[in-house]
Amino acid sequence: MIRPIDRRTFIVGSAAAGLTLASGPLQRASAADPLKIGFIYVGPVGDFGWTHGHDLGRKAVEAKFGDLVKTTYVENVAEGPDAERVIRKLAVDGNKLIFTSSFGYMEPTLKVAKAFPKVFFEHATGFKTAPNLSVYNSRFYEGRAVVGHLAGSLTKTGKIGYIASVPIPEVVMGINATAIWARKIRPDAEVKVVWINSWYDPGKEGDAAKALIDQGVDIITQHTDSPAPLQIAEQRGMLGVGQASDMKSFAPKAQLTAIVDEWGPYYIERAQAVLDGTWKTSDTWHGLKEGYLSLAPYGDAVPAELRASADAIKAGIIDGSIHPFTGPIKDQKGEVKVADGAKLADGELLGMNWYVEGVSA
Amino acid sequence: MNIDTILPMLLTVIAAATPLLLASIGELVTEKSGVLNLGVEGMMLVGAVIAFAVTVGSGSALLGIIAAAFAGITLSLVFGLLTLTLMANQVATGLALTIFGIGVSSLIGSSYIGTPVEKLGALSIPGISDLPVIGPLLFGHDILVYGSVAMTVLVAWFLKSSRAGLILRAVGESDLSAHSIGYDVIKVRYLAVMFGGLCSGIAGAYLSLSYTPMWVEGMTAGRGWIALALVAFASWRPWRVLGGAYIFGGVTILQLYLQGSGGIGIPSQVMNMLPYLATIIVLTVISAGPWRGRLDAPACLGKPFRPAS
Repeated sequence: MIRPIDRRTFIVGSAAAGLTLASGPLQRASAADPLKIGFIYVGPVGDFGWTHGHDLGRKAVEAKFGDLVKTTYVENVAEGPDAERVIRKLAVDGNKLIFTSSFGYMEPTLKVAKAFPKVFFEHATGFKTAPNLSVYNSRFYEGRAVVGHLAGSLTKTGKIGYIASVPIPEVVMGINATAIWARKIRPDAEVKVVWINSWYDPGKEGDAAKALIDQGVDIITQHTDSPAPLQIAEQRGMLGVGQASDMKSFAPKAQLTAIVDEWGPYYIERAQAVLDGTWKTSDTWHGLKEGYLSLAPYGDAVPAELRASADAIKAGIIDGSIHPFTGPIKDQKGEVKVADGAKLADGELLGMNWYVEGVSA
Repeated sequence: MNIDTILPMLLTVIAAATPLLLASIGELVTEKSGVLNLGVEGMMLVGAVIAFAVTVGSGSALLGIIAAAFAGITLSLVFGLLTLTLMANQVATGLALTIFGIGVSSLIGSSYIGTPVEKLGALSIPGISDLPVIGPLLFGHDILVYGSVAMTVLVAWFLKSSRAGLILRAVGESDLSAHSIGYDVIKVRYLAVMFGGLCSGIAGAYLSLSYTPMWVEGMTAGRGWIALALVAFASWRPWRVLGGAYIFGGVTILQLYLQGSGGIGIPSQVMNMLPYLATIIVLTVISAGPWRGRLDAPACLGKPFRPAS
């Protein structure tokens, strides 16, 4: 079965190249037992979205370190008390580095981290750290700014759909980034939001896409994990943007691009730190610049000059000359929330609970 | 709102209601015979993945649907063997069947992730399907949508008017009496369980071939459980299952459209509660109303049958 994921082969390839460079200092450790690394996932590895992305990161670690590491994962772990049991089990089983890859694992991870001071923990998208617990996240809003630019340029009706998952600052941030950048091109653009209160329900995601398209939306963006909305966009002759993975195989005509998660570099870096004995508590929030997310190749619906302007924004974000949340930014009531030229600080972004002008939700 | 805005919404409702209807009409027959099979979610998932795999492999969606039906029957036979022949606890076995179905479907489907498939084609009648409003609403669907309604008609007739249906109901209401007048309780229950499996498998096929034509793990997202609840919601009556599936689908879809239309000032969390609130209200009304003295649960539902005792 041919899998249309070029990224996987890419990661394996680049990791192999890295291995040759790194093999010198690593040989010392190979005499010892392999470093055991555990992962827990909120969804199935085959969701083609969030969890799939984390699992590609795990595979990148295996490809890079080979026999030096031994990875284990547990999928479909519900957020909350059951997660604690699973994390504890991973620690008891001798994993020395444990990645807990969903926001809702925050408290369980913290608890288990206290009980196992010699094990290193890494929690994705959270904000609580401990001497042996780091947090990591990705600046997805940077990708959404580029997506907003594409959507604002290509929408005919001026209505852009946003299928939102659960109301947390991360998602509000994504909606706002899309709206701000779409309205830079098309000042009257409206971002219509439909919340489905789930990260993953292909049927409902698709229904939300139908509801939006029936109400005049011609570009579908999503913060949920399945390719169903894109598929509906394709069926109806509209445009859309993939989430977490390159979803082009489901929407060869409709997909403008996709915001692709790249956890491999971080996982490799942290595993290396444990192997070298240099692991320290950290709070990592990287983005396009560090390669923690990337944009899938543009679809045919994106004309050459638009590709150039989108790439310019991407380059600006990478070199630091563009910050997606630069004022003036007004909220839904028209009040100025960010003054002209000011930039929203990370703390304000992580607690974002208001919509910008142009969002209808 | 005018017909141009309502019509597309109704089409979306039909698509959302069909998998629920298919799965619950099968479960209704199973439960009417006195067997509670909680494995609907698992059978749907296996049906979905088998339908997808066979359709991709053979290029024929029809073969995919047939294969899904057989996959559902196979799983239900495992359930039947454990609960009817070996007398295992039905609730525990049903839950195990769901967990098994989730695992097996992921295993089979792992090489199909990211593979697209063509959406099941609509059966269109030239001329009639092009009529305004009625054309797309009544004559623009695929075979499984019509199949689900036909199945409801068939089950309603079977249970109410056929001799075999009467026997099935007797087995579900009083297995010992049915046994004492010479009916083979276990055989009847096997057939009912198999029918449930067949319908769940086809419901799964609808998900992976028509509703969202793709395979992703766990794509039922709880629809099997909603189908189970619908059977009780409908107080074990086929036409109410149809009504329930469409009400549930309708409220779910309505709130998505309301949100998209700029909202009416109601938080999205409340909107997402609506289908469940509607379920509770309807259940309360039908169980407390003057026209319904009792819920029609089959008397032997969930009880194992031991002829010797």
